[in-house]
Formats: sequence, structure tokens, C-alpha cells
Amino acid sequence: MGLMSTSVSVSRFRVEGKLEAPEIETVAKGLKENALSEIEDAAAEKTVGWTPFRSPYRPLFEDRSFVVGEYLVFSLRIDRKSIPSKVLKKEFSEVSARRLAESGRPYLSRSEKKMIREEVAHRLILRIPATPNLYDLVWSLDRQSVWFFSTLKSANEELETLFAKSFRLTLVRLFPFTMADLTAGLSDKERDLLERITPTPFAP
Amino acid sequence: MTMIDVAVSYNRYRFLGREFLTWLWYSLETDPKLAASVDPAIGEIAVGNRMALENRGSAGLETVTIKGDDPGLEEGQTALQKGALVSELSLTFTSGDQRWRFTLKGESLYITGLKVPDTGPVETEADLDGALLEKAALVERAVHLIEGLFYRFIRIRISESWQTEALAGIRKWIGN
Repeated sequence: MGLMSTSVSVSRFRVEGKLEAPEIETVAKGLKENALSEIEDAAAEKTVGWTPFRSPYRPLFEDRSFVVGEYLVFSLRIDRKSIPSKVLKKEFSEVSARRLAESGRPYLSRSEKKMIREEVAHRLILRIPATPNLYDLVWSLDRQSVWFFSTLKSANEELETLFAKSFRLTLVRLFPFTMADLTAGLSDKERDLLERITPTPFAP
Repeated sequence: MTMIDVAVSYNRYRFLGREFLTWLWYSLETDPKLAASVDPAIGEIAVGNRMALENRGSAGLETVTIKGDDPGLEEGQTALQKGALVSELSLTFTSGDQRWRFTLKGESLYITGLKVPDTGPVETEADLDGALLEKAALVERAVHLIEGLFYRFIRIRISESWQTEALAGIRKWIGN
């Protein structure tokens, strides 16, 4: 579900660290260098990279259209290939039967079967198209905040990794403790109190 | 804060989000000025059509989910009496003639199912920029409210008056 969907889910992050000046150019460079590459790795089961919000299936950052007012808006794209298990089973069975006939033996060894399965999977992965998944992101440089429009754990983890690699900044997930500790504007004394709190029973 | 610290603090203080949502439900029911203290332009604010409660007692984890347009909140209060806390709360608020709806997850404070007022139609590239800005501003309103309410809670939670005033009030309300 993307930013412009009728119903969205949001996970929030605090951006820690400082971008090299000029900031927009540093971001543009990070996006370009870590844009999703469709050609590079045809045998990869998963490819992760940035893509423009406006042209998600054309992952090139040729202009500064990711700057929208005070926000930076772009998307994380995760392309995944998964071989349907029934297709894998069918191909495996065909190749196994052929090898068995060629060998003239009554059965194939466990390691031969394993090798056939790997060969078949490798060949199939080259033939099937990857399914693209898009997750939009809104970054406010002034507020050091990122909204990521997915609460999917795997997508959030990919985001944290790619963000750090692209911009040399750390994304800290905002959940109750980190919100209290980092963004609530508490004094050092209050943060000490926060660290010491333990659950209280609410029931009378 | 390192990645390890983040994971450790998530687990150590995971009760905070459930305490916040329980406090929030109580506060919405008993303090009509609560939301306006964060955002004066907010009209009405109320619990929406879904609430989940969790009881992590000695008997293991028990979950109660209440759904529907007019959720039977007595059921929720009964669960609170038995020691449960709110683990998921859907809220709806208005500003002028516009309405927002969303659900907050206690542990993570993820915002899910966020529906904001409609943005203008997108026909040209320039419209898209406008719609994006409008949408971001509408999302911001909800985020700002959630953060403001949470900051208010956390200051009360670490203060001395937590036990004597807030918790005493909540217990009285639960008992009713």
C-alpha cells in the first residue's frame, strides 16, 4: 500500500547523523548509486534498491523530482523471484528420469539429486520474472524524520540497511521507548527516570 | 543508540505502548479537552470500531478483540478489571468537516489502516506534486496528534503523580 492509497500503514523513524552538504545533492547521489538494478543480477532471488515515486518501473534518478516541497519522496523496491514448488518438482522429476536412463543405474545418489535440484532451480530462476514490491517513503530533512509506508518486518529491515548504505545515516525505529528517549524532549533527569520504569498493574 | 540497544529497549519496555493505549482510552473517556490540548483544531475524537486487549497473566497470553461500529466497550472494561491492557486501539477524529481514521498498535506504535480526507484529483504532473504535499500534510496531522498524546502520557508516566493521580483515576474508572 503506497502513500497515495486510500488506506495506508506507517512505520516511523528518526534519522540520526548528518548529511554531507549540499544535502539534496548527497541524497541524489545516494539514490542514484543505490537505485534498483534490473539487469545486473538475473540469477538473484531478490534485488533491492531505490526507485522514483513517479516512475517506479524506471529506476533512474535523472532529476530532482524526488524533492516535493519540504519533503523527499521516493520508494524502496524489492524484486523477488520465487519458483512455484510444483514447477520445480516437475522439472526435477524430468531431469532425474533422464539422468537415470543415461547412467544405466537403478537409482541416483543423494548428492546427485541435490545437484540436479540446484541446477534446475538455477535454470528456472533465470527464466521467471521477478515480482516488484514497492514501498513509499517520505523523508523530512528538517525534522529528521522518515515515514515508511509499510509495517512489514522484512521491508522495514531492508529499508534500514539500504538507507544506512546509501546516505551513511542511521534510521532508528520509533516505538514507545525510542519516542520517549529521543523525540519527546525529555531532560537528562527525566530520561534517567524513563530508563528505570517498570510495568505497573492497572487493575484495581 | 546502537541497533542492539534498540532491540533490547524494544523488548524491555514493550509494556509502555500498552500502558499508553490504556491511558489513552481512559483519558478520551474522561477528559474532553485532551485532543485539543495537542491540536486545537481537532473537533471530536473517539475510539473507532476496533480494540484489542491483552492479558499477560500467569495463565499465559489471553487476547480479547472487540469489533463493530458500536463496539461493546463494557467487554473491554471487564478485561481491564481482570488485568488486561489495550494492545490495539482504533481512533477517529475530525477537524472542520474532515475525518481521519486509523489503528494504533501498542507495542510498535505502528499506524495501520490510516484513512485521511481525500486529496484533490491528479491529472497533471503539477497536480501530483500538490496531491503529494496535501497527503503528507494530512498524514502529518495524524502523526502529530499521536506523538503529542504520547508525549503527554510519557511525562505523566515518569512523574510522581503517576501513582497518586493518574493511576488512581484509571483504577477508579476501571472499577466502575
